Order: sequence, then structure tokens, then C-alpha cells
Amino acid sequence: MRAISRRLAWTRAAMGAPLVLLLVLFLVYPVGQLLLLSIYGDNGFTLAQYRQLFASSVYLDVLLITLKISLVTTLVCVVTGYPIAYLISVVGKERKATLLFWVLLSFWTSFLVRAFAWIVLLGRNGVINKTLISLGIISSPANLLYNFGSVLVGMVNALLPLAVLTMLSVMENIDRTLPRAAATLGARPGMAFWKIYFPLSLPGVAAAGIMVFVTAIGFFIVPALLGGRRETMITQLIIDQVQQTMNWGFAGAISVLLLVVVLIVFAAYDRLLGLSSMTGASAPRNAKPSRLSGPVARAGDALLTLLGAISDRIILLLPSRRRDRNPDQAGLGLQAFVWTMLLVISAPTILMIPLSFGTGGLNWPPQGFTLHWYETVLNSPVWTQAMLRSLLVGIGTGLLAMLIGTPAAFLLVRSEIRGKAAWLAFILSPIVVPRMIIAVGLFYVFAQMGLVGSALGLVLGHTVVAVPYVVMTMMAVLRNYDTRLDHAAQSLGARPFATLRFVTFPILAAGMMSSFLFAFATSFDELTIALFATGGLNATLPKQFWDEVTLQVSPTIAAVSTCLFVFMGLLIFVAERLRRRAAAR
Amino acid sequence: MVSSSLRIRELCKRYGDFVALAPTSLDVAKGEFLTLLGPSGSGKTTLLSLIAGLAHPDEGRILIDDCDVTHSPAYDRDIGVVFQNYALFPHMTIEDNIAFPLRMRKVSDADARRRTAAALETVRLPHVAKRYPHELSGGQQQRIALARCIVYRPAIILMDEPLGALDKKLRDQMQLEIKRIHRELGTTIVYVTHDQEEAMTMSDRICLMNAGAIEQLGTPRDLYFRPRSVFVADFLGESNLLSATVRGVDGEGLDIVLAEQLAASRAVGNGSRFAAGEPIKVMVRPQNLMVGEGGQLSGRLTDVMISGSLTRLYIAPETAGLPQLVAAHPTRSGSAPYEIGQRLSLGWHAADAVAIHDGKGI
Repeated sequence: MRAISRRLAWTRAAMGAPLVLLLVLFLVYPVGQLLLLSIYGDNGFTLAQYRQLFASSVYLDVLLITLKISLVTTLVCVVTGYPIAYLISVVGKERKATLLFWVLLSFWTSFLVRAFAWIVLLGRNGVINKTLISLGIISSPANLLYNFGSVLVGMVNALLPLAVLTMLSVMENIDRTLPRAAATLGARPGMAFWKIYFPLSLPGVAAAGIMVFVTAIGFFIVPALLGGRRETMITQLIIDQVQQTMNWGFAGAISVLLLVVVLIVFAAYDRLLGLSSMTGASAPRNAKPSRLSGPVARAGDALLTLLGAISDRIILLLPSRRRDRNPDQAGLGLQAFVWTMLLVISAPTILMIPLSFGTGGLNWPPQGFTLHWYETVLNSPVWTQAMLRSLLVGIGTGLLAMLIGTPAAFLLVRSEIRGKAAWLAFILSPIVVPRMIIAVGLFYVFAQMGLVGSALGLVLGHTVVAVPYVVMTMMAVLRNYDTRLDHAAQSLGARPFATLRFVTFPILAAGMMSSFLFAFATSFDELTIALFATGGLNATLPKQFWDEVTLQVSPTIAAVSTCLFVFMGLLIFVAERLRRRAAAR
Repeated sequence: MVSSSLRIRELCKRYGDFVALAPTSLDVAKGEFLTLLGPSGSGKTTLLSLIAGLAHPDEGRILIDDCDVTHSPAYDRDIGVVFQNYALFPHMTIEDNIAFPLRMRKVSDADARRRTAAALETVRLPHVAKRYPHELSGGQQQRIALARCIVYRPAIILMDEPLGALDKKLRDQMQLEIKRIHRELGTTIVYVTHDQEEAMTMSDRICLMNAGAIEQLGTPRDLYFRPRSVFVADFLGESNLLSATVRGVDGEGLDIVLAEQLAASRAVGNGSRFAAGEPIKVMVRPQNLMVGEGGQLSGRLTDVMISGSLTRLYIAPETAGLPQLVAAHPTRSGSAPYEIGQRLSLGWHAADAVAIHDGKGI
């Protein structure tokens, strides 16, 4: 007995160790180093960095601006994302696939491509200015770029898909008979929505809120490309410290500030709503009463009742056609709104396509037809090498993340291990810790190890941020896997390895393929880590894109954007086909 | 007590080319317990959703107490629905769930509290008021769904396979409970189920549906003893269906010839008209197929099964053109054991042989 249990312990350790080792070496150690650098100078312990940080109001102002931009972005994303997620969760299968495709396409299109598209769109000779002038609304081009508005538009475009997908995962679990039951019990549509559906969807709203907010705080692409000096965000300061002055200690101090803010946000969220609601583990079916108690809850209930009553008054004012329509059909107003929003977030990237074939630069409307910009890209060794490198690093990251993440997912789903929640939190921490902090920490450690500029370093760094997604996807796949199939195979004489090879893996193949694609796409689109770890020489595609776009806005980039857009579209199409084939079984 | 009649006239629902409900008319009397019975896809749930106002008919009318509600939304119809999965609101306590319809009707707080307590009393669960739905067992959730429905005394209560998720013992208990509440309140109830036993024990009348239309409407006795079609005979209880030809008709009785036999025997009609020479099916219930008596048929025993109170004999008849037969009798201890392959003679009383039109009924 003891020998067996010891062997089991060894097997478990072998399954979990690679992931733990990876995270300790390339997450805990680098981030810890960076934080230590902020309090250790040449002469031992010092708080000099922090004194500098708080000496002038400059850095606190940047923090406030960061918080302001993040908060407004979060509000807009949640408020406009809610109707989109709602519509996707209620429409029929085919329309759902269409709507979801556009959200996913936007979700997977590189942040860089989308931000660049807005530069072109909002520029002096961009679509919007040209259209407004030709309509006679304005006489000379307006300054639409490099202000709070353009940053907000870019941020919302970047993060709206994330908000929609997060809320959707909760809304899809809401029992559709509940609002119907409310109707039979005498609730008008407004009341049924606000008193029944809305409270049940709140965990999704909260999860979307915190995901968007935390991501927004760590953003630098959008404010750097679309903002002016007054829209500088905190991660941009870290980049400056590292790239321009190599001041590790001060970069570390700013990182600590950023990390503290993120942790405070999470702590507040946990106090109010409980962190468990974030992973979607608690389906609304088992929705616990929220921790808001007594008077707050009563006030909330009264508010919802009021909202319900007001909406029903408004519905009564509308033409009576609405009252006898099919109760399952979504309103025209809602559909119009959702399609407008989807158009707004997809249009910029799509408008890039005709511009990339034009001879007139990036001015609207596109003129002529040429493949010149594509030829330029393909004939430039810098671009082709970057593409090749990104593909290689992406595939390497996908494979490594699968190899390390899958056994860990097996362990977390199938075994009873102590402190499972804590392990899970640890594995998911690369998502929570702002990417910039990981990137700077890795740069520092890679420099010591001689990994800067190497493909291996990039693969390791990208695996750290991709592996949580692989673990989450594989855990979801494994939870749906009927273990009785394994038992059946074993009862039929298959040894453990044969069971894996002939039964378990073939059934899980689609799930594994989609998590591979997820890891690949994460790496392929990764800029933050690549920004430093490439060492300025061996650039990946996003890094090359970034270097170009910060220098000049040229049609070559429109050509690269178009290629990336089409590539991602194909990837989603393939992934979706795989998922459907798996679901059809 | 409050209770209303329901009239349905030529109600019809299509989804694209698929006819979910062919034009159907149906009357439910005040205080009646009517069951919509049928296999899945027979249109019973569609009919229920149309009555509830959760789906919209393409044609036809629905009247509650002579008031046309065809185009009224669900919240204006004053009907109650007990859903298959109970549809209790997970974010509200049991008390709030039950009080919900009262709040929607702007009943005063004090009154709502009193009536909620009374409803919990009726379903015998007064102690769970402060709990949440997920803290209750399936049977308890079922009772709460019922309480939430009776608390506002709707004119008609619709139940969509309410006991489907419960195990057999609990189901039997809840059947009695629902019958008791029906007796006490006298509400009109339309009940959907695919379980024929449940339909037989609970209903005043059964509406048996098949392929989007009513196959037969009548009391459980009618459907069991005088099925109008082979489908009804087959769906309700076990039956032996023997092909036969009509020789002559006199009043309720018929002279028939079974399969390729020569000798004539007798059967009773099911209420339809029969003509001499017509091919028909004759239904004999297993418990009416007597072994060793009468002697209309003979066959060889292929299998014996004792399922508690009943012993079932499976017999291959010697006459060509007849299917395998089942005979059932109460299980007795100490009787001589059967031998597989043994030759048995089979018979029945003429009154237990019911003639049915072959194929679809009229």
C-alpha cells in the first residue's frame, strides 16, 4: 500500500512540478527581484526611490490619470457591452454564431492593429474628418487625435470584447425559464428584467468590470499611440525608466505602486463580491446572497423595483405592436444598438484593407490600386524575419504551454490535493499581475542569464503569460470529460498509457488544439515582454510593428495590419470549426 | 374558491414547415383536472405554452371564462405555471419567491406576508421561509413552486411535467399532494406529462396527443377500455393487438375472424362504426388474456417474468400472422412452475376484446 501511495505522490509531483518551477523561475523570482531593487541601492536598504516617487506630484498625477482613464473605460465597456452580451445570450444558434464571430474577431485582432487603425481613422485626412467636411458639417479638419476622447475610444475598442465575453459566460448560465416564470407570475417585461434577470447577471457585470479595469491600468499601447502628453499612463513611465535611463530601482518603485493599486482593487472586489464569482465557478443557479446586507440590499431592491416600474411605463408608451409580438424576439432598438457597436469596433480595421492597396498613402478616400506596400513588406528582411520569428516563438510557446499546462490541469481536476484553491490562484497569477511588471522583471533576470534577444527567452516569457489560459481551458475540457470512459477502457484491459493514447487524448484532442491556438495567439500578439526581451535586435512582429508605428504612420503598416487581420480571422475560423466538431460528438 | 373554464378554438402553431400544433379545439371545465398526455414532440408542451402566453399562436383563439386572451401577454392572463425545473428565483429567499406574484399585484406587505405564510402552510413547509432555493431538496423545491403558484389564486394552473425530476417514491407522494391541493382549492388544472400511469391516477380527463393533434379525449376509463386508435391502445398500458377481419356487426358486438384462423370469435366495438369485411385490430389487455381457459388460441411459452405482484408470460402463438403475446396474472406462491416451451391454450371474454380500426382512428 505504502509503495503505491508513494508512487502516486511522485507521479503527482512530476505532473505539477514543471509548471510550478516555470512560475517560480520566471514570475516569482523576476518580479521579486524588481521589487527588491526598489528598496536596495548600492549602499543597502534605501527608500530613496520612494522619496523621489512622492517628492513631486508628477507621478501621482500620472497615477490619477491612469485611474481616471481606466475607470471611464470600464464604465463605458460594461454599459455598452451588457446589451451586446445580452443579445448574444438570447438569440438563436445561427445569429449567435454570427454575432460572436464579430466579437471574437475584434477580441483577437492585435491591440496594435486596432490602435493604428484609429490613428488613421481619426487623422487630419482620415475617414471621419473627410466625411464631415464633404457633408459640410465642418470646414477644416478637426483635431480628433491625441486627446482624452481618442484614448477613450481606443481603450473601449480594445477592451469591449473582453467585457462582452466575460459577461456572456455568466449570462449563458442564467436559466431562460426564470424571466418567463416571472411573466406568468404577473411581472411585466421591465419588472421581469430588473428584478430577475439583472440581479442574476450581476456577477458577470462585476467580473467584467474588474477584468477590464485591471487590464486598463496596465495598458500602454493605446495611450502611447492615441494620447497626448496629458494622457500618459503609469506603465509608460516604467518603459521610460527602463529604456531611457536604465533606472531599475525607480522602475521597481513605480511597479510596486502599480501592483499595490491592483491588489487594492482586487481586495475591495473580494470584500464586496467575493473573488470566487470571478472564475465563474459559482453558476447563478447556486447564486449566494451577496455580501451586501440589510439596508444596502433593501435599497438596491427598491431601486430595481423603481427601474422596473419606469421601464414598464416607457414600454406602455411605445406603439402597441410591441405588446403582442413574440415574447422571445429581441427588440429592434436593441438589435440596432448592438450592430452599431459591433460596426464601430470592427470598422477601423476593415477600413484599413482598402487603404493598404491604395496609392494615395493613408488619406481617405483610397485612390488607385497597388501591391507596392505588400511588396515592400515582403522584400524587407526586417519584416520577414520578424514574421518568421513570431511564428516560431508562437509555436514554441503553444507547445511548451501545452506540455506544462495539461498535466497540471489533470492534477487540479482529477486529484484531491491540499490547498487546491491556493494552487489555482498561484497558477492564474500571471493574469492578475500587470504584464509590464513581469516584462521588466524578466528583462532584468534575462540580462543576468544572457537570454535577452534569444528565442528561448521569449518562449519562456510568453509561456508564463499563456499557461494560465491553457490550464483554464483544459480544466474546463476535463470537467466535461466523462471519466467513466477511462474506467471502461481499463475494464477492457487497457493499461494507463494505452487508455491515455487510445481513449482520453483522442477525445480531448479538440480541446487541446484550441488551447494550443489560444497560447499561440497570446504569444503571436504579445508586445510587452517582447518590448524588452528582444533586446532591440531580434524583433518579433508586434515589436517591429511598434517600432515602426512609433516612428511614422505609413501604408506599409496598413499592409501588415491587413495581413495580421486576415491571419487572425482564419485562425478563429479554424478554432471555431474545431470547437464545433468537438461539441458535435 | 376561484376557478375558471378554458376554451380553445382551432389553435395552431407552426415553426417554419414544422407543425407543432395542428388546429386544435379543447374545452376544460371549471375545477377540472385535465392532463395533456403524449410522447415527446406530440405538441403537449406547445399547447401549454400557448395557453400560458409564453408562445404566440399562428391561428385560433384562447378564452378564459369567455374572455378572449389570445393576444394578452402572460403577465395579464392570471394563470399560474409550475415549470418542469421549478424556475425558482435563485437570488431570492423562499419567502420572497412566494411573495413575488403578490408584489407584482401590489398586494400590501402585511397581506402578502400573511398569504405567503398560509401558502407555505398548505404545502407543509412553513419552516423553510428564510432559506434559498438551492438549500432545498428537489421535492421541497417542487412544493415551493406549487406554493408560489397557488398563493395568488390564479384562475387556471398549468403544470409542465412538474414531477419529472423526482424519483418514483417522491413522485407518488407528490401526486397525492397535488390531488389534495386540487380538492381543497378547486382550481382548474391543466397538467402535462408523458407518464401514462401518472395521467391515469390523477386526471378527471386525459387529452392524449400525438404528432401535434389530439388523438383521443376522455376519462381515463374511456381511454383505457375503449381506445379509439391503435396508438391509444399501445400508449396507455400494455396491450396485445391482434389483426382480425370483421364478419358482421350487431349493435355493440362484432363477429370477427382472427388472422388466418377459420373459426369466428366475438369482440366489442370501441364506439366507432365498423363494416363487414373490414380489417381491424383486436385489443386484449394482458391481464384479460387467460391461460388454460376459453381456448381461442394456443401457443408456446417463450419466457416468464415475475415483476412483483404480476407474473408475465410471453407466448409465441401457433397461428400465423399474430405477434408475440403477453399474458399477466397475479403472482401466487406455490403454484406449479411453468416450463419454457410448454404448450398453452389462451382465451378471453368477448367483453374484454375491443375492436379498433386498423391504422389511424377516426
